[in-house]
Formats: sequence, C-alpha cells, structure tokens
Amino acid sequence: MSQKTFGNAINDALSTAMDMDDTVFIAGEGVGVSIHHDPNMPTYGLLDKFGRRRVKDTPVSEAAIAGLAVGASCMGLRPVVEIMFFPFITLASDMLVNHAGKLRYMSGGKSSFPLTVRVKAGVGFGAGSQHSHNLEAWIAHSPGLKIVWPSTVEDAKGLLLSAIFDPDPVIVVEDMMLYRMKGECPDADIRTPLGKARVAAPGTDCTVIAYGLALYTAMKAIEPLIEKGISCEVIDLRSLVPLDKTCILESVRKTGRLVVVHEANRFCGFGAELAAMVAEEAFYDLKGPVKRVGAPQIPVPVASSLEKVFIPGPEDVVRAVLETMGK
Amino acid sequence: MKEKQLTSDFQVRLFTRMVLIRTFEEKIVALCRESYQLPGMQILANGQEAVATGVVSALEPDDIIVSNHRSHGHLLARGADLNSLMAEIMAKADGVNHGKAGTLHLSVPEINAPMTSTVVGAGPPLAVGAAFAQQYQALNGVTVVFFGDGAAAEGSVHEAMNLSGIWKLPILFVCENNGWAGAQRFEEHSAARQIHKRAQGYDMPGQSVDGNDVEAVYHLSLELLEHCRSGKGPAFMETMTYRMRGHGEQDHQHYVNPEELEAWALKCPIIRYRRALLNAGILDKNKIQRIEQDAEARVAAAVAFGDASPYPESDTAMTDVFVQAFNS
Repeated sequence: MSQKTFGNAINDALSTAMDMDDTVFIAGEGVGVSIHHDPNMPTYGLLDKFGRRRVKDTPVSEAAIAGLAVGASCMGLRPVVEIMFFPFITLASDMLVNHAGKLRYMSGGKSSFPLTVRVKAGVGFGAGSQHSHNLEAWIAHSPGLKIVWPSTVEDAKGLLLSAIFDPDPVIVVEDMMLYRMKGECPDADIRTPLGKARVAAPGTDCTVIAYGLALYTAMKAIEPLIEKGISCEVIDLRSLVPLDKTCILESVRKTGRLVVVHEANRFCGFGAELAAMVAEEAFYDLKGPVKRVGAPQIPVPVASSLEKVFIPGPEDVVRAVLETMGK
Repeated sequence: MKEKQLTSDFQVRLFTRMVLIRTFEEKIVALCRESYQLPGMQILANGQEAVATGVVSALEPDDIIVSNHRSHGHLLARGADLNSLMAEIMAKADGVNHGKAGTLHLSVPEINAPMTSTVVGAGPPLAVGAAFAQQYQALNGVTVVFFGDGAAAEGSVHEAMNLSGIWKLPILFVCENNGWAGAQRFEEHSAARQIHKRAQGYDMPGQSVDGNDVEAVYHLSLELLEHCRSGKGPAFMETMTYRMRGHGEQDHQHYVNPEELEAWALKCPIIRYRRALLNAGILDKNKIQRIEQDAEARVAAAVAFGDASPYPESDTAMTDVFVQAFNS
C-alpha cells in the first residue's frame, strides 16, 4: 500500500498489465509523447519503459484508433486505447457502438473483443462544451459495451486492470479533475470487480447514488444533512454496466428514499435509468419521490460563473434529499 | 508461395469458383422472387465474381479478410461452408452465426473472416486493427479489406489509409469500384475519377485493374500482397467492375440505363473466362457442364440444409452479447 495520485494509479495499472501480458498495448493521441509533460498524467513515462512497439502514438483519428482496438482485440490482443476528451467519443462511436458492441453478437459468439477504451472526462476546467460533455448514458444505452467510472485512487487502478483483462469491450471513464487527488493504493495487481458498487458512507434515511467526481459532491452533502438530523447512505456506483442492482435495491429498501447525482445532463441521463429501475423493483419500499440531481439541458459553458450553474453542487444534493424527505 | 505462371488446373479452379459464387447468388435471387421468406436485404455481387475469386485465390491460409454487405463471393472464395452460409442467409439455427447475422453481417472466423461490417466504410478501420495484430505479433499474414467506391467517400477509409501508411501495416485495400453508391453513379459521388490515385497521398502503391478479368485481378493481387508481406506497408487496388443488381433485391434499378446493363452483361467475367479457357483448350463443353451441374447440386444441397434447419430458439436472442452473461 502506498500513497498515489489518481493519475499515478492509472499509470500503475497500465504498467502492471503491460508487464504481465505482452498482448496488452496502448494507443491514442499523445499516449507516448504528450503535450502534457506531467507525472500525474496516466501514460507518463510508459513510452520510455515499454518502447514504441507497445506504446503507440496515433494521428488525430478517433475512428481509426477505435477501429484499431476492435480489429486487434478480435485477433487476440488486449488493446487499451485513449479518447482524449469524452465529447470526441462521438468520432469513435461507430466503431464502438456498431462494431465493438455488436460484432460478437452477430458472429453468434464466435468472435470476441476484449478491448478497453480510456476516456478522459470532466467538467470544471473552463474548456467549454466541445471538450466537456459527459456521454455515459449513450454508452450504457448501447448493447454489448460495459462502462465503469472510478472515483477513488484504488478503484482507478483496480477497475482499469479488471477492464483490461475482461473478455468484453469496456469503456473506462476517468474524471480529469481527479488526476491529482491522492489516496491509498496497493502496489500489487488488484482487481475491482466490474458490476460491484460500494457503500461509501452508511446511513439510514436516504440513499444517494453517485459516481466519479460527483461522489465527492454527494459526500459533501452528508454533513449539513446530519446537522438537520438526516442520515444518508452514499453509494459509489463504480460500474454502470454491469449494474449492481442488488446493492442499490438493498439500500433503497432500507432507507426508503433515493437521490441520484451525476454531472451529465439530467434529461435522459443515467440517473433516469436508476430512478426507473428503483421505481419498477422497489416502488412499495419508497417513502418519497426519487430525485435526480444533474446538469441542466445546456451545453457546458466556459465562464466559471456559468460553469457553476452547470455542475451540480452539494447544496443541490442537500435540497434533493430534503425534498424527498418532505422537508 | 503462389505460382505466377498459372497451371491449367488452377485456371479451372478459378473458373469453378466463379461459377459456384454465381450459382449461389442466382439461387438467392430465385428465392427472393418466389414466395419464399428470405429475411433482410439480400445484397448481391453478381458480375463481381472475378474480384472475389482473383483476390482471395492469391491469399495464404493465415491472411485475414474483412468483408462488407456484399460478402457472399468473398466468403465462398475463401472456402466458407456452403450449407451453414446458406442457412445463415435464411436466418436459421444452423447458420454460421446461428441466425444473428443474416445475409449482411456474415462472419466466419474459421476461414479467417472474423469481422464483417455493413456500415459503409467501416471495414478499413477494422482492418487496421487486424493488420496491427499481425505486425505486433510478427505473424506473416496480410489483412485484405473489401469496400466499394461508395465507401471510399467515408472519412473512416481515409483515417485507416493514413494510419496504416504511417505504421506500414500489412493491409491490402481492395476497392471494388462497381460504379454505384446506392442510386448515385460514380461520377456523381466521387470528385476523383481514379480512386487508386488517393493511395499516393498515404504513401502506398495504388493500382487499378480490370475487375472482370479474374487472372488480371489475381496477378495484381499477388504483386501487391508481396509488397504488403515484405514489410513495406499497405497497398491499394482499385478493381473496375460493375454492379449488375441493385442495392438489395427490392431495388429494381429504375435509375439505371438498361443499355448500360446490357453492355456490362457482355463483359461478364464468367462468360469471358469460359470463352478464354475454351479457346485455350483447357475446358470443353462437357467439362463446363459438369462444373455447372456440380455447382447447382451443391447449392441445392445448401438450400435443402437451410430448409431443414429450424429457426433459432427465441431464448438464444439473449445470448452472445457478452462472453459471460449478466442481468442489467
């Protein structure tokens, strides 16, 4: 166990996987020589360690990068490719949605695609809408793709290693705002299982589900709520597909209330699926309406005063919890 | 290593393969016309048999092919099992993909055709991945990707050509220029009159060939594949041919000048090669008749196999999404 930044933990996972297995290679725009010369960046130093055969800088060609991953994984390699910003996944989406997600099914189970796509995401650094747009609901909505979103340093390593050695295509979303966050992380090969949520804080009155950076927004809402006599159980979802329904339903059946928090647009966001799932499967355990906390239906603005309107804050979570409590 | 000097046995094999492909696809035409229930869009490559046969006959066993919505010829030339291919086209349980692919998405890993895409222009990025795997693992194989002149307008094709040019990947790009993209003529959808000249922009050799001349296609394939195998990187071949049927059997080509179709019918690669082999004394009418009857019999047996196969059980709709199933 040692202290690492979130970015170092990802780097550690990549390095561990490449040490263990020669079929693992990484590719993307600047995964070798990056414009960011920063030890906290996930692929820092890997070119020096593993060389140009296994660390492939690509042209600015998201369709080709994703096609590389699909074709190479079909041939038995374990590609780990990077999409520089989440909105650019639209350029790779044909290869991911129509090919990575469908070709196994259409082959009748004969072909497999054990690929990993690392996607850098996040809102909060004033880059504006074409560099900041969380599209996890798009991925989750597409059959044949898994998607995970770590929020802790340990899971940044453990989920990525699980994704790399998973037999199916997995999209791993990395919140860029977390890259410099420090935390405990084992040095060994650790695996966070896909499809297992984590109770980040136990509680009795209201379940709050979040993932990625939004987890910390949810955690910041706990204290002011305790002051009002309300105990929240916070669930770190970790994995959107597969979804840990058991963990969610157990918690909701205990607390009787649910608030979902994410930074993506609320409208048709992943929170809508969670709300609907709980309404279908635990309706009679609910004591109040399910509440969703997310961004308004606007592109991400640049000015920090406007960006704050976009990103949900702890006060929004507090308000949603009070509303579902009828207070 | 393939012979550059063709033996008469090999020439007969080329002819036999083209006849089999044509017979197979003519049977699909007939099944579509009858009250027969053939699902989906049956998109055929009648008239393009010389490309499939010429290119695939030049391949070595380890080479990979990535095909598209017009894949029957490529797969049959590569040696796909006739019965399970026909059963899949009929969407039956004993089909090569158990009824999940149908005519458009046939993938046959057992003959090194593990990926087929009907998304126009999507094959080349997939081929980049397959060829990268061959290069990365120091395998000897080449990846061959088939796409049309219509697909050449897609940005993904350019991205794939650029990346494979930079990394010197062993890919043979085979553009089957059949003159049509949907209902748009080549002249209407392509600024460039010669697609193969784009190869120069991506640092690879690009050549054009008469796509209705099976031996010419074979010889150029050997030459370009040799380039790919030698580590010099990708190559590009444009085969000039013609789409004799529409974009699916429901497309009756109202936008095509009938005289143009008739003119191309006279350039039929099979008729042309039959004449050449007859003139050379390599085939005679009896042998040709035997080849045609054999093809008819094999295709009839495949249809009988497909007919006898049940439709897949409905619960199999839920399998093969992931390697290990889970409920979400």
